[in-house]
Amino acid sequence: MPLVKNGKIATDIYVHVADGAEIPPEGAIFVQAARFLENAETLLQRPDKVGVLWPNNRDLDELVSYLDRLAAVALVFPSFRDGRAYSQARLLRERYRFKGELRATGQVLRDQFVFMLRAGFDALDVKKEKDADAFAATVKRYTVFYQPTGDGRATALSRRTQLRHSESAGP
Amino acid sequence: MYAYDELDRTLINERVEEFRDQVKRRLSGELTEDEFKLLRLQNGVYLQLHAYMFRVAIPYGTLSSKQLRALAHVARRYDRGYGHFTTRQNIQFNWIKLAELPDALADLAEVGIHAMQTSGNNMRNVTSDQWAGVAPGEVEDPRIWSELLRQHTTLHPEFSFLPRKFKIAITASDHDRAAIRIHDIGLRLHKNADGETGFEVLVGGGLGRTPFIGKTIKPFVHGRDILSYVEAILRVYNQYGRRDNIYKARIKILVHELGIEKFGKEVEEEWQQLRDSALTLDDAAIEEVRSRFSYPAYEKLPHMPDELKQAAHDPVFERWRKNSVFPHKVQGYSIVTLSLKPVGGPPGDATAEQMDAIADLADRYSFGEIRVGHEQNLALPHVAKRDLPALWKALDKLELATPNVNLVSDIIACPGLDYCSLANARSIPIAQELTRRFANHDTAGLIGRLHINISGCINACGHHHVGHIGILGVEKNGEEFYQITIGGRADESAALGTLIGPSVPYAEVADVVEDIVEAYLALRDSPDELFIDTVKRLGVEPFRERVYATR
Amino acid sequence: MTSPLEQKKIRITGPSVVTANRTRDGVVIYRTAQRGWSSRLADAAIVRTSDDARALLAEAVADDVGAIGAYIAPVEIKDNGEIAPGNLREHIRSQGVTIELPVPA
Repeated sequence: MPLVKNGKIATDIYVHVADGAEIPPEGAIFVQAARFLENAETLLQRPDKVGVLWPNNRDLDELVSYLDRLAAVALVFPSFRDGRAYSQARLLRERYRFKGELRATGQVLRDQFVFMLRAGFDALDVKKEKDADAFAATVKRYTVFYQPTGDGRATALSRRTQLRHSESAGP
Repeated sequence: MYAYDELDRTLINERVEEFRDQVKRRLSGELTEDEFKLLRLQNGVYLQLHAYMFRVAIPYGTLSSKQLRALAHVARRYDRGYGHFTTRQNIQFNWIKLAELPDALADLAEVGIHAMQTSGNNMRNVTSDQWAGVAPGEVEDPRIWSELLRQHTTLHPEFSFLPRKFKIAITASDHDRAAIRIHDIGLRLHKNADGETGFEVLVGGGLGRTPFIGKTIKPFVHGRDILSYVEAILRVYNQYGRRDNIYKARIKILVHELGIEKFGKEVEEEWQQLRDSALTLDDAAIEEVRSRFSYPAYEKLPHMPDELKQAAHDPVFERWRKNSVFPHKVQGYSIVTLSLKPVGGPPGDATAEQMDAIADLADRYSFGEIRVGHEQNLALPHVAKRDLPALWKALDKLELATPNVNLVSDIIACPGLDYCSLANARSIPIAQELTRRFANHDTAGLIGRLHINISGCINACGHHHVGHIGILGVEKNGEEFYQITIGGRADESAALGTLIGPSVPYAEVADVVEDIVEAYLALRDSPDELFIDTVKRLGVEPFRERVYATR
Repeated sequence: MTSPLEQKKIRITGPSVVTANRTRDGVVIYRTAQRGWSSRLADAAIVRTSDDARALLAEAVADDVGAIGAYIAPVEIKDNGEIAPGNLREHIRSQGVTIELPVPA
């Protein structure tokens, strides 16, 4: 499963630690939400990066107080039809100002890339090799966006009002 | 009319190219049907019994003559020469080929028409009053807000994979022609005590297996806050709406299970975080959208022109005028409804020839503008009264002047088992038989306002729950049977109909409806008492007694 | 999505065919005995046991590129050997709508 990070195919430095498996003393890890919450303080003492894999039906409230010490949060798309993680991603980025890696995992397919980037994901565990290869072309497909989100892309409305403003202020 | 600018055009062209690539990947086998299905649904493509069906959005029911001609072109070039107008201001083509769909979409994109989100679990076409902007007494043109919402809901990065479909309707008149109370979100535009424009927000309405009338979640949301408030509702729904059972996934079930107070509290909490954000619409933003709606340059015309006085001697014209012509906010003008319910015809269908001819008539008599109503009829919204006689003659030739608007043969019907893969029973032949039974326009006139709605299955695309008489097709031991309800309505006093008795076989439906109408004529306290009011006054029982006495 | 094979135990009670719609244009098609598809019901492979029905459906479902929504549909075999649709829905699928189209074909 290729990882696309910040727009490029990248090596995944994180080890996904299964529940029950031993936590490696070194190296970046992702742990499951419940395990993280049980051992948060210990885990966050580790010298290397700690990320948490957060299910899409669990309230983010429990996670909020740890966000500034977490290197990464991975959200889950159990099916590409299940869009709960889009809301979680926007909340993490826009409300809780999470600055670490925000990773989409699960059924991450080409046709949802743009939505994911706009919701604030910067890392995608892409399911198909071919989709990852097509990443750059796919995300260039759209140049117009109607909704303001935390990704900073200018909305159609803001581009229009700016245009109008510069026209009326013209020479 | 809203005029697309470069940005709107760019977006729909980008969408067409994306879909072209998706279709290509599907046909080559790179995408499985399971993966492709949702992508095609998000572009309005269903699979029906005989072929793919293609549903195209007509946002808030407004079309230019150019756009209508493009729809006629699609009907002719890619389909079988006709289209079907639906109850949600969409048009459906029933015989489209997947391989040709990208071209059809590209042709439509040229005139600013798209099929984005006309299906799938996302925010569907934003609908409104087909008389928006021309109805007397309207607070203001709700299409400005409809367009703001259309843009905001198009390719929304957070809400394109909701638990289930999501429909928004807006009205700005006291008389609700947009059926806002049976929508996931219904918006009633009104002004508060300070004269500011805002919305009463209703939530959780919907038909289908578990019908509900929408409940007021907030009596007044300021216009500038409407996007953030809608966003708050959707965020609560996206996170907490049920995804375990398709029949319980609509927001109406969440609202019902939580109760409107608790649901309202969740939304309020979310909204407090979202308001005063980039979603707040400042005056410049609203003006920006408003400025791209053009309005006709109306002339100063007499209330009663000579042409109309003369034509009044023709009783056939007069019958049509009294039935299908409605008051306009500007003196000397009228709104004209074009009945797509000819006797013996399938409700809501129009041929490519009719569409082209209507486009020409719109250019000639209605400033190039056409409207689509949820009753599956069209309207010309700005007709000078002096032109009514000439327009009538032209419409009559096109079989678009059946004087049955709002009468018993103005039937709403879904495509039913003749086309639809979900249907249990046929709808169209039932509607056709009923229009023949009530073909006498004098009799229909005496009966007065009466809405018959027919659905071929519990999904209720024909809005049977809210028909004055509702007919629902079911299957019993392999045979088509129909449940009949009375007392439903879709307007500002929206109500769900009550079952009148046991279901009846296909061959008996028209007889039962005739008996119900007979019963009404006998039971009404005066010719002015409408069917729906008689049912309200007396309840279902006297109707049941009369209709089922001999059955 | 669970495949139609897993959705329910397949049990047929009479002669049946496997039908679907053709991917590229949506046309109604029937699985033939030659491991292909035909738009004519007369060409359809008839199955009479649940095992055969399951096998024919599995073969049809495997052709995800060519056909969509494959399922088993009942048919009637007339005395002269002609295959007729087994219910109204299938009748409409094979013979077309029961109404007059707005524009004659």
